[in-house]
Amino acid sequence: MLNLDLTARRGSFHLHVACRLASDWTVIFGPSGAGKSTLLRLLAGLDQNVLSGSTHAIVSLDDSTLTDTANHVWLQPGRRRTSLVAQQPSLFPHLSVEANVAYGLGALDRSLRATRVSEMLSLVDATDLAQRMPRDLSGGQAQRVALARALAPSPRLLLLDEPFSALDGVASDALISRLQSWLLVNKVQTILATHDATAAFTTGAEVVLLQEGRLAAQGAASQVLAAERARLLSHL
Amino acid sequence: MDWQAFALTLKLASVTTVILLAIAIPLASLLVLGRSRWLAALEALAALPLVLPPTVLGFFLLVLLGPRTAFGRGIAAILGHPLAFSFEGLVIGSVIYSLPFAVQPLVAGFAAIEPSLVDAARLLGAGSARIVFTLLVPLARRSLVAAAVLSFLHTVGEFGVVLMLGGDIPGATRTLSIVLYNQVENFDYAAAERTSAILLLLSLLALAFLYSKREKRGGAARA
Repeated sequence: MLNLDLTARRGSFHLHVACRLASDWTVIFGPSGAGKSTLLRLLAGLDQNVLSGSTHAIVSLDDSTLTDTANHVWLQPGRRRTSLVAQQPSLFPHLSVEANVAYGLGALDRSLRATRVSEMLSLVDATDLAQRMPRDLSGGQAQRVALARALAPSPRLLLLDEPFSALDGVASDALISRLQSWLLVNKVQTILATHDATAAFTTGAEVVLLQEGRLAAQGAASQVLAAERARLLSHL
Repeated sequence: MDWQAFALTLKLASVTTVILLAIAIPLASLLVLGRSRWLAALEALAALPLVLPPTVLGFFLLVLLGPRTAFGRGIAAILGHPLAFSFEGLVIGSVIYSLPFAVQPLVAGFAAIEPSLVDAARLLGAGSARIVFTLLVPLARRSLVAAAVLSFLHTVGEFGVVLMLGGDIPGATRTLSIVLYNQVENFDYAAAERTSAILLLLSLLALAFLYSKREKRGGAARA
């Protein structure tokens, strides 16, 4: 369970979100510029500089406090057991796919690391890409490898910032379906930020509607996105 | 041709380059990745030798490392001899004098790396040292080569600091630049031409090596 109460400022943009996310799979829905990426980056422990002056932030995951600015608590990104996959895969260009996925597994011995890498690549259907370099991957392949790399260190919280934008609809649906089962079994809470309402309806997730940096609504997709659903249907 | 001075010059430039890289890699990483407000002051300090006349720097170091300061006397007590007018003193002077030539290419190279890659490494649990040596250095290796070549060449050609701090002691502080100065002072232009030619050739070869690396990058990008 994720509890958050965040106030942050970046230039003229203000973000204020306070909520409790208990669902295994939550979709943060909102138009571009609503603050989705800023929110996910703060949850991941990045961009500490946007929390300054009068801003404050409290984030806790289950029984662990990740951020509490009033008490000067700010766990570094690598110590939160939180992974973030963004639209831009950001694979390390000088390392093979295999080495990219293994990067966060420094603590494991070599054989366990190889097993884990193989398991993660299989999950995202990228086993045959293991020896390739990032420059030889398509956009969709790179996004799948980035997902495998993020899952490899066994995060408790997975943050997805429109990470399937380069996959076609069928491939994206298949991957999300496989991923949801795996995340459920492995007890990884997931938050997916998107401006595509379809993702919210197809995954059966709890939905948080973000508008201009504010939480506008929270609940089932059918309720929170009723207006969006009507708009989509009107185009048919 | 003063081969002893030639060997000493190469030794000084090599030792200085190795020490400079050991200092400049963490310093440039700090300047690029750090958030402290004091970093601007640190960067200014590291760039100071670019604008400071070499003779001024040499004079400061001569005083600091000599018997007039407690620091200089302390060093002399530990080593058994003062650092001024010694090869070790020259190395210290060269490292300070050439510091910006090592730091600035590295800062430019590290700063050009996509910040999202650094974020990705941090999210995967990498600490600062791991980020530097598994990400920044491999991705900015051309900047590393540039830093090494420029540091080496700058040390080979330095004169003011060497003269002020090292004097002209054969086998200890007499470098090719000092030899050239002596030859010109003695109107031995034939010898001065040979020494100049060696320095020119050394510089050209090193720069050709540096630019050949850049050409390879351009070729790869076009391919």
